[in-house]
Amino acid sequence: MSGTYLGMPAFPEAAAVSTQNAQLRANLSHATRTIRDKRAAAVAELTDWPELRQSGREIKDHTLRHLDRYLLQLEEAVTAAGGTVHWAADAEEANRIVADLVKATGEREVVKVKSMATQEIGLNEALAAEGITAYETDLAELIVQLADDRPSHILVPAIHRNRTEIRDIFADRMATWGRPAPEDLTDSPAHLAEAARLHLREKFLRAKVAVSGANFMIADTGTLVVVESEGNGRMCLTLPETLISVVGIEKVLPTWNDLEVFLQLLPRSSTAERMNPYTSLWTGTTAGDGPRHFHLVLLDNGRTDTLADEVGRQALRCIRCSACLNVCPVYERAGGHAYGSVYPGPIGAILTPQLRGTASEVDASLPYASTLCGACYDACPVAIDIPEVLVHLRERVAEQGTGHRAERAALRAATWLLDHPAAYTAATRAAVGTRRLHPRRLPLPGPAKAWSDTRDLPAMPEQTFRDWWKKNRGEGKTAR
Amino acid sequence: MSSSRERVLARIRAALADVPATEDRPVHRDYLPTHIPEDRPGLLAVLAENLADYRAVVHRGTEADLPELIARLLGERGSTSVAVPADLPAAWLGAVTGVRVVTDSPAVTPGDLDAVGTVITGCALAVAETGTIVLDAGPAQGRRLLTLVPDHHVCVVRGDQVVASLPRALPLLDPTRPQTWISGPSATSDIELDRVEGVHGPRCLEVVLIE
Amino acid sequence: MRVALFVTCVNDALYPDTGRAVVTLLERLGVEVDFPAAQTCCGQPQFNTGYRAQAERLARRTADAFAGYDYVVTPSGSCAAMVRDQYPGLGCAGLGDLPDRVYELTEFLVDVLGVTDVGACYPHTVTYHPSCHGLRMLGLGDRPLRLLRAVRGLELVELPGAQECCGFGGTFAVKNPAVSAAMGADKVRNALSSGAEVLCGADNSCLMHLGGTLRRQDAPLRTVHLAEILASTEPEAAAHPQPDAHADPNGAAA
Repeated sequence: MSGTYLGMPAFPEAAAVSTQNAQLRANLSHATRTIRDKRAAAVAELTDWPELRQSGREIKDHTLRHLDRYLLQLEEAVTAAGGTVHWAADAEEANRIVADLVKATGEREVVKVKSMATQEIGLNEALAAEGITAYETDLAELIVQLADDRPSHILVPAIHRNRTEIRDIFADRMATWGRPAPEDLTDSPAHLAEAARLHLREKFLRAKVAVSGANFMIADTGTLVVVESEGNGRMCLTLPETLISVVGIEKVLPTWNDLEVFLQLLPRSSTAERMNPYTSLWTGTTAGDGPRHFHLVLLDNGRTDTLADEVGRQALRCIRCSACLNVCPVYERAGGHAYGSVYPGPIGAILTPQLRGTASEVDASLPYASTLCGACYDACPVAIDIPEVLVHLRERVAEQGTGHRAERAALRAATWLLDHPAAYTAATRAAVGTRRLHPRRLPLPGPAKAWSDTRDLPAMPEQTFRDWWKKNRGEGKTAR
Repeated sequence: MSSSRERVLARIRAALADVPATEDRPVHRDYLPTHIPEDRPGLLAVLAENLADYRAVVHRGTEADLPELIARLLGERGSTSVAVPADLPAAWLGAVTGVRVVTDSPAVTPGDLDAVGTVITGCALAVAETGTIVLDAGPAQGRRLLTLVPDHHVCVVRGDQVVASLPRALPLLDPTRPQTWISGPSATSDIELDRVEGVHGPRCLEVVLIE
Repeated sequence: MRVALFVTCVNDALYPDTGRAVVTLLERLGVEVDFPAAQTCCGQPQFNTGYRAQAERLARRTADAFAGYDYVVTPSGSCAAMVRDQYPGLGCAGLGDLPDRVYELTEFLVDVLGVTDVGACYPHTVTYHPSCHGLRMLGLGDRPLRLLRAVRGLELVELPGAQECCGFGGTFAVKNPAVSAAMGADKVRNALSSGAEVLCGADNSCLMHLGGTLRRQDAPLRTVHLAEILASTEPEAAAHPQPDAHADPNGAAA
């Protein structure tokens, strides 16, 4: 994936810092709680939500299980409609294809619709290295780009910033990128949105090349779908002469009518709306209306590795709604940056280690960045069993050894003990027998210290339950 | 053609080695075709309510009221120029005077439209449950950019164009046509996940429902 | 009806009063309960940390230990969820139909015995934390609350943000101590704001985390397992006007 995140600390270390950031905690808590209740209300409006969720899950599973067939069908339909399809095995190849396409137009700048796939491959950095400037046009992406920051949420990349911080970023940085912010800029969201409108409009009107992702691609018609709110997507998808869409291979759906499921699931799950303000759908090119040249770059970049894992492949159902982030108590406190990836939160904790592998410290730590509370699974509109995949990936990490030797030894010893009741009874009896010696906090490093930094250890009781039972109920009752 | 194409396809096939080639698992579609009754007055009422909920301004009237209503909306907005698709019914502008009319054609640029106050169009259909208007560059709609660049969009929806739900709408739409689905004015939730109206698209959407 | 108590390893070693309370309660309701000594741990810590082979070993032991019982009752939603929801997916032989026979305590009381008023008396203000596995995996719903509402003298007050995880999460508590502590602190703050004297739950591992946090803060709130409240009766409650000391092992050694 993107090199931007190389050298990130593991999740626990990053989270230890971010949880201490009171401003970040306040911003995240406010934002996720705002959307959580609204989403619940939006979902409750549909009495058939469980059935829609089941259909969404089954359509995605069916498509993934026949992905080669549907991609070939898509390629044929897009080509027949006047588009050009490119295949990219990895980030580098995708970036190369896009850079070459832009250079072939003779342009040095592009406008961009918010896209997770292009974030994932680090497209902006790759284009910059070729002398091409990419302008992000989504409000939150603009904030992140102006602040030279990193996204921390799938839907709202600047969720870690509050309105006052955004005002300051606009006032300080807009002039460097184009039209300056108005002198009298306040921190009211309406004023901030107006400033973004003025700043970006000149870019939209002169842009010759746009880069987008897509929420869905329809195999039987060759249609691409982009779901958005602000109208920046429509600007990019309609005004320029050349449109380049970089889309993960898992975004394909078999038929046009399948949209009736996903366009009910996605808006309610992501922004808690019955329908997002704007949805653009296009099939190849249309004479006299919109871009004259359309290129579709189909991106693998680790998706086929994910597909090969029978448990983990369900992560490819993800429609990037970010409902799992908004309900996750770990995300709410650690923030998105701690996940060291453009995909933060619960979905990131299962997607990133599958796309990038688990070799690096941060990637190996992600499957453990969850209490397995299950709130994400409940919220997921395509029923990805995130806890199941987390546990599955923990097995993978535990097996690879590095950093888990001591843990493995300890757990093996514990399991042996638990599998030998006589020894187990003796051990627990010994523990309660020395109960007066057990301290409530431990100065030594290790798991006990990690526990007792903020919590007292439990006191040992006078006797174990099994000893009590033996003494009080044991005689003549226990058959075994 | 490209080697990456073959590489990716080969990887997919290898990844799916556990999936029987003949597998054909059924996809259950037990969701509802619609969540609301489908009588005409009911559909219009739900559409109006949902449009208003997302801060579109809704007007209701008859075909005969339309010219006066359009003239009034332009006047209230203070628009001195209006963009229209080439095939907009001439009667719709019958009561408009003293306003520059820009008729859509390939020669009209985004910059031209940026200087226009209002755009008036019809639509392909509307979805009551979601408060959505669908434009597909068909009759009385013009090119996609027409309804994008001006800040004020007046959209006329005939009663017989309103359907209840997405499952009712999709089979009526032609995927080969470029489509814009509009549910209220431009909006953003990017600041503190709180919805505010108005960024790049038309910040004012007025919908005229013709009974 | 042959009923076995699955006390769980945490309760056996650290919270024996909870096990005793279950015995007291079930016997009071006329259920003859047995404790198969071959039981130890269900294997959830191993399973959730990524050590499936070790989990399978303990799953087989657990299945053997409870063979032949009609009902296996446990005062832990988390361990019940492990057996019911995860054992079938382990795919190892010899687990029999244990997943179908395991019941979390409140399920057994409400669904099998058909009681909500268990004859308890507990004159205190109580708030209830629904632990995640009971809430989301088992779907306990309002069973614990119905049982608590029927307890004489007990005033049940709402816990703000009740459905949110407390931050324990097994090894999460030590692998991600900062986030775990932050979640625990928020849960404790909510519990304190409820005005309750007692924070009640149906999983002692969550209560260990929250009780340890409360004790470190010297907060005026005790953690008590639901079973101990349901086991309390009038004479005992009268003898202990304060929240029962034996009910909180953290308090016992204070």
